Amino acid sequence: MGASKPRTLPLNKRGLNFEMLMWMYTRLSALGMYLFMFIALIGALYMGARYQMSLSDLMRWLFMPNVAHVEQVTTVQDVDAWATVFWRLVASGMYLLATSHGVHGLVAIADDYIVSASGRKIVRFLSIVMMISMVLIGLYIIWQEALLKLMGGAQ
Amino acid sequence: MGMTRNVGLFTALGYKGKGPFLTFILHRIGGLGMAIFVTMHILASFLSGDIGQFLNGIYEHWLFQVFVYFCALFHIVNGLRITLLDLWPNLIEYQREAIWIEWAVFLPIFALSVVVLIQTAGG
Repeated sequence: MGASKPRTLPLNKRGLNFEMLMWMYTRLSALGMYLFMFIALIGALYMGARYQMSLSDLMRWLFMPNVAHVEQVTTVQDVDAWATVFWRLVASGMYLLATSHGVHGLVAIADDYIVSASGRKIVRFLSIVMMISMVLIGLYIIWQEALLKLMGGAQ
Repeated sequence: MGMTRNVGLFTALGYKGKGPFLTFILHRIGGLGMAIFVTMHILASFLSGDIGQFLNGIYEHWLFQVFVYFCALFHIVNGLRITLLDLWPNLIEYQREAIWIEWAVFLPIFALSVVVLIQTAGG
């Protein structure tokens, strides 16, 4: 091993191809999600989670700060503070990062077991279709209440 | 490069790589678990009705919650280790120590949450 050339090239000699960018994106989107979780944690403690939520309720809120994870399942009386546009934006950001991170992860796993070029193409096509439809559905769920309120106010 | 490699599923499953491999495979199971079951949960919320209630009934059962919670928490804690060690490559020398720290963080949080989940389920 000692005398052989190092198997990895230094950063400035490596090209930036799509795989490299996605490798970086997976790490950076993970950091972004940790940041959103931290914001959700600070916000939840500020809004009274210490007295009104169990540990698993709090974890659920950190995983996805959507008001549906507060009403019905916790003892929080007034959920208005948990359903603001700010929290819907945080939830949307979390959701977009998670979906893109997750779909790339699924493709990476599939690539380990599907070795034919056409099989990989099919997997990529299906992943993109799934990602777009799940993003639309998820964002609809996060915003539907707020949208209904907005449309009700306009009438 | 990746295109020419040809390792079948069973060869891959038979690989024994101890600690780092265990985290690698649990990271995959966790990621896959979240991808499948969170997708199901989102679709259930979207559909509501009978199908939605049936799916969410499974999803909200405490046994299933313990499984999904394992997937998510392990993926989160292990992901933090991967991210930190990849962004500061000099630390990779301490990978095995990092994995021990990771278990020391994961196990108490997971155990505590499982206790809470079971208590909540028991009323």
